[in-house]
Amino acid sequence: MHGISRRSLLKTGAAAGVLGLTGMPLRAQTKGGKFTAGLGGANTSDSWDSRTHSDIFMIASGHGTVFDCLTEVAADGSITGELAESWDASADAKVWTFKLRQGVTFHNGKPFGADDVIESLQMHVGEDSKSAAKPIVSAITEMKKVNDHEVELTLAAGNADLPYLLSDYHICMFPAGQIEEAIQNGIGTGLYQVQSFDPGVRMVATRYPDHYKGDSAGFFDEVEYVAINDNTARMNALMTGQVDAINRIDFKTEGLLKANPQVRIQEVACNQHYTFPMHTNTAPFDDMNVRKALKYGINRQEMVDKILLGHGAVANDTPIGPANQFYAADMEQLEYDPDKAAFYMKEAGLDSIDIDLSASSAAFEGAVDAAQLYQASAGAAGININVVQEPADGYWSNVWLKKPFCACYWSGRATEDWMFSTAYETGVPWNDSFWVQDRFQELLLSARAELDTDKRREQYTEMQQIMRDEGGTIIPMFANYVQAVNNRIVSPDTVGNLWQMDNARMAERWSVA
Amino acid sequence: MNNVLGIIIQRLLLGLVTLLIVSVVIFVAVNLLPGDFAQLILGQGATEESVNSIRRDLGLDQPLFVRYFDWLGGMITGDLGTSFAQLNFTTGLGGVNNVTVLDQILPRLSNTMFLAGVTAMIAVPIAVTLGVLAALYRNTVFDRAANIATLSSISSPEFFMAYVLILILAVINPLLPSLSNIYDGMPFGERLEKTMLPALTLTLVVTAHMMRMTRASIINLLASPYIEMARLKGISPMRVIVRHALPNALAPIINVIALNLAYLITGVVVVEVVFVYPGIGQLFVDSVKIRDIPVVQACCLIFAAAYILLNLTADIMSILSNPRLRHPK
Repeated sequence: MHGISRRSLLKTGAAAGVLGLTGMPLRAQTKGGKFTAGLGGANTSDSWDSRTHSDIFMIASGHGTVFDCLTEVAADGSITGELAESWDASADAKVWTFKLRQGVTFHNGKPFGADDVIESLQMHVGEDSKSAAKPIVSAITEMKKVNDHEVELTLAAGNADLPYLLSDYHICMFPAGQIEEAIQNGIGTGLYQVQSFDPGVRMVATRYPDHYKGDSAGFFDEVEYVAINDNTARMNALMTGQVDAINRIDFKTEGLLKANPQVRIQEVACNQHYTFPMHTNTAPFDDMNVRKALKYGINRQEMVDKILLGHGAVANDTPIGPANQFYAADMEQLEYDPDKAAFYMKEAGLDSIDIDLSASSAAFEGAVDAAQLYQASAGAAGININVVQEPADGYWSNVWLKKPFCACYWSGRATEDWMFSTAYETGVPWNDSFWVQDRFQELLLSARAELDTDKRREQYTEMQQIMRDEGGTIIPMFANYVQAVNNRIVSPDTVGNLWQMDNARMAERWSVA
Repeated sequence: MNNVLGIIIQRLLLGLVTLLIVSVVIFVAVNLLPGDFAQLILGQGATEESVNSIRRDLGLDQPLFVRYFDWLGGMITGDLGTSFAQLNFTTGLGGVNNVTVLDQILPRLSNTMFLAGVTAMIAVPIAVTLGVLAALYRNTVFDRAANIATLSSISSPEFFMAYVLILILAVINPLLPSLSNIYDGMPFGERLEKTMLPALTLTLVVTAHMMRMTRASIINLLASPYIEMARLKGISPMRVIVRHALPNALAPIINVIALNLAYLITGVVVVEVVFVYPGIGQLFVDSVKIRDIPVVQACCLIFAAAYILLNLTADIMSILSNPRLRHPK
């Protein structure tokens, strides 16, 4: 599966079709049986409306089980076709043609075609749309049906990542003309069809008999996802064998899980990262020297050791992580250096400075502790951080983007451009450091439309360097996805690291031992 | 009997007033919490544009009292409304949603009632029997042991008792499932099995109160002259208590049982979370988290109504169980 670059995929999209059908390990998988997972991240407000999906329970149920997207990110991070068989881009990456797989049916028997694609995409861009994928889809200025199995999408500006963007779990394919019904009953083209769904409680689906992925995926007869938001209850359910897999292991009880011979722990390095954005348009953070002092005043390794208990990796003030294609792994690491921090304080003309840092467990588990560690390490350089503990309720509305220095997290994105343009592009609503850097912005736009992989790597590497040296966001650590699986279930050697639980595709990729 | 009927009507009317006050208090209280539905459901993705669009769709941009009277108007005509979460999905599709608050709450409420029912079936006989026995053998080793056991189980937090039971009955001796994910259409036997651990936990929590009240009210009566008379007649101690003391002690016992039943309906969130039991408590907490006022209001009214009705039932039962109250001079 390796050795197929993004470029060759773009040029010869036919390969994607092959990949899509054979993107599975070669050893034979046992068919049949039932798989039960206990997943945290469920809400009574859940529904089959993929525009509103935001947590693992619905990502796994929708995108991972019942619905399909046009494209799919394979476990190794490469892009393959799902409902699209192949695609082609114009030289400026502005006009994209997607050839759709033929003979695909929705669970209600309706055949899948170009109209479904167009209507499913349009769901995200209505005037009042609250879809989280609105920024992605609104970049498409024209959607044209070439024939029943081909659509042409025209972008406002070239974007080489469009196939990646269309794998987003919000952009599931719904049956045209029946979207409302499909949202109420969960009618997709996925490997499993819904048997019962009780929001915030459970979801049961059975294998759809004539699925286009055939024997290469979806090995269980039946999958059941049980909503277990409580950490301890989730672990109990796995330990007593009532569920086969759970997500989000509580690190404190990891030892107990390890002691159980029936259970294995799956740990994947991923893009999920914790951040401390500073408003670079507000004093004192508008001063580059102050920002640099803060960058040297944080002890990243200590945070990984004490906040993540080792389940993560130090980050380098860039959001591009191990699950990204152009992750600059060999870029020099920012280290804790109180002398350098003090030096930059002097450069800024300051002996000491008082800074408020707002934190709450809503930002990430242990955010307040992390802020206190930061307070201790920065104190050595004359930076007096005052930790303000904010209420978790309404944190994202009242603190994030409002307070000049706070704690935050990002789950990361599949592509560099997606991540950068979500939170670091000049003027975008989630640019939580209000950062503007001309060279960075210039590179962002040119890399976006660049189809040459080597050139893109160069550009993205430079962007990561700029962020590390001048950026307005402290990014101390990447947090691993840690999950546990009963040994009666086998999972492929390569487990997806884009989302939890093998990119939420347990139902597709795992099987009974 | 007219007297009883009068009391019922009077109490029901007072109950309605109570419910009205509860609804105002809850409405205001939920609005005092930081953040509203639009901000919380969007979380990190809350841009001003999308927040305003949700507020507009749901009418959250209206003043507080307008929203309250809208809700009250619906309520009086029997329409509890649709939860914000459900409304939010369908707007933009031009669809009419048919999942109302009632549709959401009823299955959860029936699960909670089932758990409360199973618990009561176990706890009430145990508590009353233990109470009677403790009164009979008062100040003996048995009495002390029963007191210590029930008091320690009520003094420990519910989740602790739950974990102890899981450890003993699910992990060390895998007799019962620790996951109580019951669902519609589950066979009764399986449902009962899955409900057993939470029911046992709750039994441990509520037994002490009922048992001690039974014991205390019986012992209280044992000093009465008519009990002495019975004893002098040579009736066995057991018969003295069951035939002569217990009927007169029923009123306070029924009261305590009613209070505990109300607690079982309204206060078992923690146990529901530990055992992943899909009851109304979890729905309530989830709804408060996202400030889904229609659901919160409906849950609160159900909780308040449960207290009012159970207390009323208790009072009626004590009147009926007491001839002096049944036939006042």
